Formats: sequence, structure tokens, C-alpha cells
Amino acid sequence: MTESLDLIPVLPELLVVLAAMALLMMGVFRKGDNTAAATTLAVAAMIGAMLLTWAVGGSDRLVSFGGLLVLDPFAVFVKVLILAASAITASMSLNFLDKEKLGRFEYPVLIMLATTGMMIMVSANDFLALYMGLEMQSLSLYVLAAYHRESAKATESGLKYYVLGSLASGMLLYGISLVYGFSGTTSFDGLAKLFGGEHPVHPHLGFIAGLVFVLAGLAFKISAAPFHMWAPDVYEGAPTPVTSFFAVAPKIAAMALLVRVMTGPFGELSDQWRQVVAFIALASMFIGAFAAIAQNNIKRLMAYSSIGHVGFMLVGVAAGSADGVQGVLIYLAIYLSMNVGVFAVILSMRQKGRLVEGINDLAGLGKSNPAMAAAMAVLMFSMAGIPPLAGFIGKFYVFKAAVDAGLYTLAIIGVVTSVVSAYYYLRIIKVMYFDEALESFERSGSKALGLVMAVATLVNIAFIAVPGPLLTSAKAAAAVLFPAAG
Amino acid sequence: MTDWPLLSLTTFLPLLGALFILAIRGEAQVVARNARNVALLTSVATFVVSLFILGYFDAASAEFQLKETAVWLPGTAITYSMGVDGISVWFVLLSTFLTPICILSSIGAVEKRVKEYMVAFLVLETMMVGMFCALDMVLFYVFFEGVLLPMFIIIGVWGGARRVYAAYKLFLYTLLGSVLMLVAMLAMYFDAHTTDIPTLMAHGFPQGMQLWLWLAFFASFAVKVPMWPVHTWLPDAHVEAPTAGSVILAGVLLKMGAYGFIRFSVPMFPLASEYFTPLVYTLSIVAVIYTSLVALVQEDMKKLIAYSSIAHMGYVTIGVFSMTTQGVEGALYQMLSHGIVSGALFLCVGVVYDRMHTREISRYGGLSERMPKYALVFMFMTMASVGLPGTGGFVGEFLVLLGVFQVNTWVAFFAASGLVLGACYMLYLYRRMVFGRMTRDDLKSILDLSPREVLMFAPLIVIVIWMGVYPITFLDPMHASVAKLIDNYELARAAAESLSVAAR
Repeated sequence: MTESLDLIPVLPELLVVLAAMALLMMGVFRKGDNTAAATTLAVAAMIGAMLLTWAVGGSDRLVSFGGLLVLDPFAVFVKVLILAASAITASMSLNFLDKEKLGRFEYPVLIMLATTGMMIMVSANDFLALYMGLEMQSLSLYVLAAYHRESAKATESGLKYYVLGSLASGMLLYGISLVYGFSGTTSFDGLAKLFGGEHPVHPHLGFIAGLVFVLAGLAFKISAAPFHMWAPDVYEGAPTPVTSFFAVAPKIAAMALLVRVMTGPFGELSDQWRQVVAFIALASMFIGAFAAIAQNNIKRLMAYSSIGHVGFMLVGVAAGSADGVQGVLIYLAIYLSMNVGVFAVILSMRQKGRLVEGINDLAGLGKSNPAMAAAMAVLMFSMAGIPPLAGFIGKFYVFKAAVDAGLYTLAIIGVVTSVVSAYYYLRIIKVMYFDEALESFERSGSKALGLVMAVATLVNIAFIAVPGPLLTSAKAAAAVLFPAAG
Repeated sequence: MTDWPLLSLTTFLPLLGALFILAIRGEAQVVARNARNVALLTSVATFVVSLFILGYFDAASAEFQLKETAVWLPGTAITYSMGVDGISVWFVLLSTFLTPICILSSIGAVEKRVKEYMVAFLVLETMMVGMFCALDMVLFYVFFEGVLLPMFIIIGVWGGARRVYAAYKLFLYTLLGSVLMLVAMLAMYFDAHTTDIPTLMAHGFPQGMQLWLWLAFFASFAVKVPMWPVHTWLPDAHVEAPTAGSVILAGVLLKMGAYGFIRFSVPMFPLASEYFTPLVYTLSIVAVIYTSLVALVQEDMKKLIAYSSIAHMGYVTIGVFSMTTQGVEGALYQMLSHGIVSGALFLCVGVVYDRMHTREISRYGGLSERMPKYALVFMFMTMASVGLPGTGGFVGEFLVLLGVFQVNTWVAFFAASGLVLGACYMLYLYRRMVFGRMTRDDLKSILDLSPREVLMFAPLIVIVIWMGVYPITFLDPMHASVAKLIDNYELARAAAESLSVAAR
């Protein structure tokens, strides 16, 4: 490990941060409404950062800031996903901000700052870097949740998110301090060496307690049960474009972080954390499947759906193998494609000049807007994990890893909950196609939404025919976390 | 010509047609007409292509033929591989044969959202054909489950009054069964390190594992067949589905379960199959007798035929697990003939339903006065369903009974009693609908079969007679594959027996 201050691996982060600052200046000094211009530039900057990540990251493992940050194929893979998620959700929000008269230049800036935090989380190679990235992300997200400040619901959701999020951060920090106290290091490499290596140390009980605290803090961030309580309220209360952002980018980042922490510093302790992760996975799949059935608000439904998806991904984490991580990465990529598509549909649900959120408002969409209904139907089937749609491949890979690791019970309960969750995904299709229309939606006229919807749908349909590129890059990304397996 | 990817062509040609239909724009009337024409044309072309499969098929060989392989999921042993043997080739043809007839039958019957309807049917055809051709376990699963998507939509959108309930029931019942199969498939993958079906057939799983795997597959296939007591989704689905949906459901979808038994359960888990044979026999006999009795009291035509389907599929499972040449061939033959006959019976129901919009048996009577052609066709199909010699139904049932008699006479006895009950409910249905006096006024103006409907029934009648009179055409290509299946089964049993003797 080199101890030099090498800035090359963090170039993408630098680009995003500098662009955010520049936009802030532009917003302050230019007169008039700059939201559209700022958002466009923000999207451009994030796409630029995506390309830069690609260019900088090779198959090597680059470290910087004395080992605090690392850029390996795993980080590259996840960062590309995060930047894509942020760019797509930012471009989807313009139409909404415009119509709701919420346009402010701070919005894209906040998204960019949150994205920077996420990129640091993914690259973190030390608990301090992890905490720094996580807090940078979280603080931006708290503000975003309450962005619609005149709305009582949005304010409530922001406050709720802030209080509960701080609690989780506190737990995480306490866990980190325990880990540091019992091991003397916060470096991921150092911890891995301590428990692996030639003279493995048996972890002290206090260290295990620290591990559990860290895990609980991270579980909150990915909204895994039993730390999921905030998700439905925040999803419902936050402005819809913010919800769409919440549903993808922070989830991807926190999940990748969890994977890195569990397989890196705690990689040798998988016997200690596997049951905990398996329990969280089970609980999330259950909550995601059963609690969603009674929902009538589509944003709340998506919150429970994402809890369920997190549960499925955790099945891959619980497997604790390169295959499992590959499954998680594939799942994340497909999850991204499904969610942005669904939120594009939700953002198009406008009646009489306002956004509606009830599932019943979708009634008769199959007749009034066949293209949108078809897109939503494909995405819902994909979320339910029905082949030949992409969602199936994601589930297939995590369950494959689980069965390989001998976690039969987890796999069987997982597939059964996926059947339960199919029920409420089907319900949306039922409402759209089998029920009579009450009132049709206005043509939103937003090209960005239509484009996202169409591309997401096509990706979900065609993925089964050309799965190769994603599968191989996910495999390469997963392999770096398991150097011993070769 | 033989190096053409015939199987992929047959599988994906309907999908191409579906894409084409999606591209049609314009006035509603014109779109509907064009969509129908394109769908009909595509499905007929698919049938013609599938005839080439039969043409290039070597009946003497028991191997999988016309094989195609391509990389699919890199980094795993899972590939895109297709191929047919003497067993699956017939089901490919059955699917491609029934689809154009279904599309023909829905002209006039389906008036709303014609474009989507045709797309759904063509996608369904792709899934069905792909499933019978798949030689990779995961690929099979993809097609097997994929069938649910268009079927859910077909029942849910174009179905009857309780269509939502029926669509949900079909979807969730079958999904629950198949996800367990998926876990079993993954377990098999890690034991055998391959998902190639021919390799897995020769793999020989440990006996303890076989029992669990068998049960997981049974959960999926028993629902699909359907076997008593997991059959309850079928009457609901049939009653609510549009006519063409019922035809495909009875004609092809029910065969998927029994095909699964022949393709997976028996050759891959021979020891478990032997162990569980009494269970299958018991459930099948209950199905044959119980559902026949239930059929006897039905007031709804479609429900009656749906219950008769369950009874007929009972013969199929008995035949498959008798593991004798006659039994297995009889089961296959029964599946083919039932596919045609029950499909035709649902079409018969559809004909009067389109005219009167009711399926209640008591609303009809004396149809022979106004509809002589219809009465003739219906009579013929009733006889074929009962298993009258000279029709396809007879050959299948006879072979099954012959096969199972060699193994277990009691099973043969109970199964044969189902034949009598079958004659009861079918003839009773026919008498109530077609004979007697025409008392209802609204029936007095009912019209006989139109030329389109005659065109629809003609090929079905020809096939049924052909199957009844000259079964060699259909049995010949099966022989080699069935013989291999039974040889391998006996071999595995003998090996296990000598092992247990040696252990003593």
C-alpha cells in the first residue's frame, strides 16, 4: 500500500464536488430561475463523472489518502450505478419541479453533494472515511426530504428521517468506537489482516457487539427490517422526484457499503454475522411481502417493495461468497432499471394539474394510456421476478449463491415470500387492465419521463437475451472482494 | 436446410409477429383486422416451419435432435440450448397446431383490444414452444414461468365475470409450485455442476436428495397437471377464460406438468419416482373417480369439461408412473389426443356461447333441430372424449390401462371405472344440450356453424380420426425415446437394488 496522496482515484468525486460548487455560485450570482440550467449541468457533470470513473478505474486496486479510500472494480461498478441513478432521477425531476413551482437551484446541488457522499461510501476503506461519506450523504438527504417546505407532510418526513437517521448514525458510530477500542484500528485492511492472516485473532465479545452495532446502523440506511420504519413515511411524505432518488441511489450506495464492510474487515468473521444478516434478510422479505398488501398509496407500496428487494439482496450477502456479491451487484443494477421506470410512471400520474398517488388512480390505464400501462405492467412483472423479465435474473443469482452456500431454508422462505409479493405487484396490473377507468391522466408532455420509461421497460424485456456484459462485469467486480478465492 | 436453427425459428417466429402487430397503427377497425390477419398468418407460418422439424426428425434415434447451443449466462454452465426428442417433438407440433385454431376461433368472439389479444397469444405460443424445446433446465424454467404472463393477461382482460379471481388463482397457485422447483433446480446445479438436461438425466443423484428434489418438482408439476387436491384453480380458470384461452389451457398448458414428469422427475430421480409411485397412483385414482363424479353434477358446460380434463389427466399420470412401454406411450398419446379433443370441446362451448352468451347447460336443449352440423361435430368430439374406438381417445386410454395392468391390477381396475363415469357425464351433457325438444324461444333463431367455424373444426376432426385409426404415425417416433427412458429407469433401479443387497 502506498502512503502517497494520490488524487487520481478520487478524480470523479472531485469533478462532482467542483461542479456542485460552481453551480452554487451560478445560482447565487445569476438572476432568475436557474433550476433547468442547473439541473442540466448537474446531469452533465454526473455523466462526465461516470465516464471518468470508468476511465480511471482499471482492473487494479488504487488507494489514496493513505489507504482511506480505494478504487477497485467493485467501487467502479457501484459508482457507475450510483451516478446513473442520480443523473436519471435528477433529469426526471425537472418536469415536476416546474409544474409544482418548486424549482430552486439548490435541488441539483443537493443531489450532487449526496452523490459525492455515496461515492465516498463506496470507496471507503476505513471506518472514518465510511462515516464521513455516510454523513455527507445523509445530511443532504435530510434536506432533500423536507425540500417542499410548505408541505406539512414533507416537513414531517424530513424531520422523521433526520431524527431516526441520527439515531442510526449514533449506533453506527458507537459500533465503530467499539470496534476501534477492541482492535486498535479502523482500517479495513488492518482489520482483515487481524482476523485473517497467519495468526488470526479470536474476536473479543466487545468487538462482536461493535460489529452488530455497525450492522444495525447500516441496516437502517438500506431500510432493512427491523430498521425499516422510516421508509414508508419518508417515501410518502417526500416530493415524488426525491422519493425516486431515495429509492435508488442511497440504497445502492448503502448496500455496496454493507457488502464491502461484511466481506472486507469482517470477512473472516462470517460465522459471527451470517445469522444476523440472514435474520435481517428474512425479516425484510417478510415485511416487504406482507405489509405491502394493504397499501393504497403507490409511494408507500414502493417503500415496502424496496424493503422486500433489500431482503432478497441480503440473501446474497448472507451467502458471503463471490457468487453472492455478484448476485447482489446484478440485483442492484436491475433494481435500478426497474425503479427508475416505475417512478417515471408515478411522476406521470397527473390529474387536474396535480400529482396523484393512489393505486386506484391507475384504474383503466390500459385503455386510456396503453403505452404507459404496458411499461408499468412489464416493470411490475419484473419486480415480481417472473421470467423472462430481468427481475428474475437478479433473484436467480442471489438464490443461486444462497443454495451454493447451503442456506436452503433462507432460499425456500425467500422464494415463497416472492410469491406473496407477486400478489401486490399483480394488483397494480389488475387495476390498470381489469378495472374500468375513472379519470385519465393528463399528457405530461415530458420527454425525459417518457424516455426513461421506455428505456427501462426495454432493458427489462431484452436483458434476458443479452445478459452477458452485466454478468461478467459484476463477476469481475465481486471477485476483487475475495482475493483469496482468486 | 438442416443447418437452419429450426427450433429457435419455431420458437421466436410468433414473437416476431407480435412485434409486427405492436407496430400497427391507425383506426381501431383497421388495426383489429390487420392484427388478426398478421396473427393468423404468423401462427400458420409457425406451424409450417414446425412441420419441417418433423420432417428432419429421425424417428429411429432416441437422442435429442436438431440441437442448438449458444452462450447465455456467461460464468455459469447455463446455456441456451434447444433440442427435441421423440417425446417433445409432438408437443411442439401440438402447440403450433392449436394456436392458429385459437386465433381463428377468436375472430368474432373477441372484439375489444384485439391487438393486445393477438400479441398475448403469440407471446404465449413462443413460451409454449420454447418450453418443449428447451434442453437447459434454467431455460426451461424461464419458458415454463413465462407462460403465466400472457395467460394472466388473457384471463384477466378478456375473461368472464369472476376473471380477476381466476387470473390471480392461476398465477399464484402455479407460481408457488414453480418457485420450489427453482430452488430444487439450483440444488441440482450445485450437485451436478450442469443444467444440461441430457447430462442431468445420466447424473444419478444421491437417493436421499432425490426424494427432496422429486417433491419440489412435484409441487410444481402436480399443480400444472393438475392433480387432485391442487386442481381447484383449473375449473375457475377455464370458466372465466375466453374460449381460445381455455383451448390453450386444456390443450397445451395442462400437458406441461405431465411433460415435466417425463422429462425431469422420472429420468432424473428414478429412485424417488419408484418410492412415490403409490402416492401418484392414489392421487390419480382419486382424481379420475372424484372429478368424474363432480363433473356429473355441473351446471356450467365449461366447468364440466374442465373437470373432465382433470380426470383425463389422471390417466396420464397413471400411465407415466406405470413405467411400462405401453403405459408411458399411452400417457403421451392420451396427452396428445386430449389436447385436441378437449380443445375442440371448448371450441364447441365457445360456438354456442358466442351466440347465446351463457354457459348454463339448462339454457340449451334441442340444438339438433336448428344446428345439425354443430350437433354432428359435438357428438363426434363427445365420443372421442369418452374414448370410443376409432377415435384418438381410445388408443391413449387403452394403452394406459394395458400398461398399468401389468404393474398393478387394482389401479387398472379403478382407472377403468373412470371410463364408465366419463361416458356418463359426457353423454348426459350431450343429451341435455343437443337432444330433446327446443323449448326456449331465444334458441329458435340460433344459427348453425359458419364456414369459418367449419374450417376451424375440420382439421381437428381429421386429426382425431387419424389418431384413432392409424396411431403408428404418432407412436413410431416415440418408441426409441420411450424405450430409452424406461431402460435407464430400470437400470437405475437395478443398480440401487444391487447396492442395497451388497450393503446387507
